[in-house]
Amino acid sequence: MSVTAATDSSDARAGLSLALPALMLFIGVVVIPLVMTVMLSFHDWGQYKGIEPVFILKNWIEIFDDPYYAEMFWRTFRVAVLATLITAVFGVPEAYILNRMQGRWKGLFLLVIIGPLLISVVARTLGWALLFGGNNGLANKLLMTVGLIDSPVRFMFTETGMIIALAHAMMPFMVLAVWTALQRLDPQVENAALSLGAGSLTVVRRIVLPQIMPGVLSGAIIVFSLSASAFATPAIIGGRRLKVAATLAYDEFLNTLNWPLGAAVAVLLLIALVLIVVGSNALIERRYQEMFR
Amino acid sequence: MSFLELDRVGKSFGPNTAVEEFSLAVSKGEFVSFLGPSGCGKTTTLQMIAGFLDPSHGAIRLEGKDLVAVPPARRGLGIVFQSYALFPHMTAAENVAFGLEMRKVSRREREERVSSALALVGLAGYEDRHPRRMSGGQQQRVALARALVIRPSVLLLDEPLSNLDARLREDMQIELRQIQRNLGTTTILVTHDQIEAMSLSDRIVVMSKGRIEQIGTPQQVYEQPASAFVAQFLGKTNEFSATVDRVSGQPRLVAGTWSAPAPAGVAGPVTVSVRPERISFGNAGLAGRITSRIFQGNHWLFQCDTECGPAIVIRQNDGQSQPEQGAAVHLVWQASDMSLRAARAAA
Repeated sequence: MSVTAATDSSDARAGLSLALPALMLFIGVVVIPLVMTVMLSFHDWGQYKGIEPVFILKNWIEIFDDPYYAEMFWRTFRVAVLATLITAVFGVPEAYILNRMQGRWKGLFLLVIIGPLLISVVARTLGWALLFGGNNGLANKLLMTVGLIDSPVRFMFTETGMIIALAHAMMPFMVLAVWTALQRLDPQVENAALSLGAGSLTVVRRIVLPQIMPGVLSGAIIVFSLSASAFATPAIIGGRRLKVAATLAYDEFLNTLNWPLGAAVAVLLLIALVLIVVGSNALIERRYQEMFR
Repeated sequence: MSFLELDRVGKSFGPNTAVEEFSLAVSKGEFVSFLGPSGCGKTTTLQMIAGFLDPSHGAIRLEGKDLVAVPPARRGLGIVFQSYALFPHMTAAENVAFGLEMRKVSRREREERVSSALALVGLAGYEDRHPRRMSGGQQQRVALARALVIRPSVLLLDEPLSNLDARLREDMQIELRQIQRNLGTTTILVTHDQIEAMSLSDRIVVMSKGRIEQIGTPQQVYEQPASAFVAQFLGKTNEFSATVDRVSGQPRLVAGTWSAPAPAGVAGPVTVSVRPERISFGNAGLAGRITSRIFQGNHWLFQCDTECGPAIVIRQNDGQSQPEQGAAVHLVWQASDMSLRAARAAA
């Protein structure tokens, strides 16, 4: 849609008219609802009077004053960061191993990794709920048999369980991002480092990791933003009491029916995510500017 | 004893044989090229020397010691890859210093050796550049400096110049040869470019389909090619079949109406091979007609039809007038300018 680049005005008009249908769709289904949500967050609401289309800051003041909301947002942030860390710690080696596999095995394991994306996230999370299930859940039994823990750990309705289930649900995004970065690597670079006397661990640490770092970071941005705005997993594992921003907004809309407050929560989540994603993206680009010019 | 020795080395990938019975002895300080078309096994052989591939059979020895059991990180060889394989996240100096760091060379000595290696390849002042901000030729030099700075026992070059443009390639050839001469590093170059192989090497190993076709100095492989493949791969050549006949007691090479005295020890059907630049136009000799002539600056390229088939002739542009297209000519050459091979029965 770079209208400015076109020197010929008729070219520009042709470009614009070609882009128009998509533009209208974008405005119709994204921009307008978004603007309406933002406007909604400034409306008033009362138990008996319902929504009043006036402009007040009541909802925003409530969110910033009541520590209840701060707690929700911190939990959202904490859960998303930890889930991102876990996907990075497991996803990077996973992608590296996958990349080193030969032909048929590579295809098979790629399918195994992407496969979960084909199953509804609700079904996957219910699977985790079954594994966690109280003190006699499969996960606890296994951990106790192996001897990693002495007494059962609470997974259901805890942040721990939420983080584990989220990390699992988001793993494909991290693996794919890292894998893409690995494929851009010159396969001879590792050999070059070997020939210069580096051990295979040094090769991974000094040569491979720094080069795929942008891939890891962009995977992290995807996983973080999806985790922070995830709804199904926190709703099922966290239950109705352990809320995150997304489930909070849902409850305000559908349980309390306080739409304006729910809209304010949703808008705040959106703004926070956009700031974090754009900010970290800019940082990454600055950091790796030299390398990828 | 030779410095680097390959003893009947072979490599197969499943049912496919990439290299067969490769035997070669390289002496210290020698510059040897593996020359052949792609898929001839030259890179596979280099990778076996480097240790990235294990030979299926045979032995590789460096100074009499078995090399196959040594992991690539301990072989102490310098390798320049076709893609240069520089570390893109490190500066030129960091790239060159990497091998020294791995060898736990002290910081001071490291800095000294890095800057002298970069100076050697003409890149003093480029220490802090990242590879992506350097031209192909400069990246090439960094790769060379990185391989040389560890003072390798053998320098392995895998098509190092093939990604450069023609002009730069010539400059780098001269420079590479000078650096190699000055340092006296035993060097093995893999290339598909016959001119590169001839201008750089002490000896050339011509390979085809996993086999060695000929080992010899550039002059030997060019002027006495051991096979039709070698003759055709190294420069242009004219080939035609002839037979040895006894005409009035004297053995003579005969092809149609053309004949010449046969050298001693040649019998039966043979293939005659003559380089186009050795042929001149004379009054008697192989009769033919010029079908086209092409001016190429410093020389003329003629295509002729003769009774022994098409032939090409190259004449220096020395100011003499040259025959026109369509002119009837006789192709003449010295007996010493042709090389003879017994013709294969199937051919």
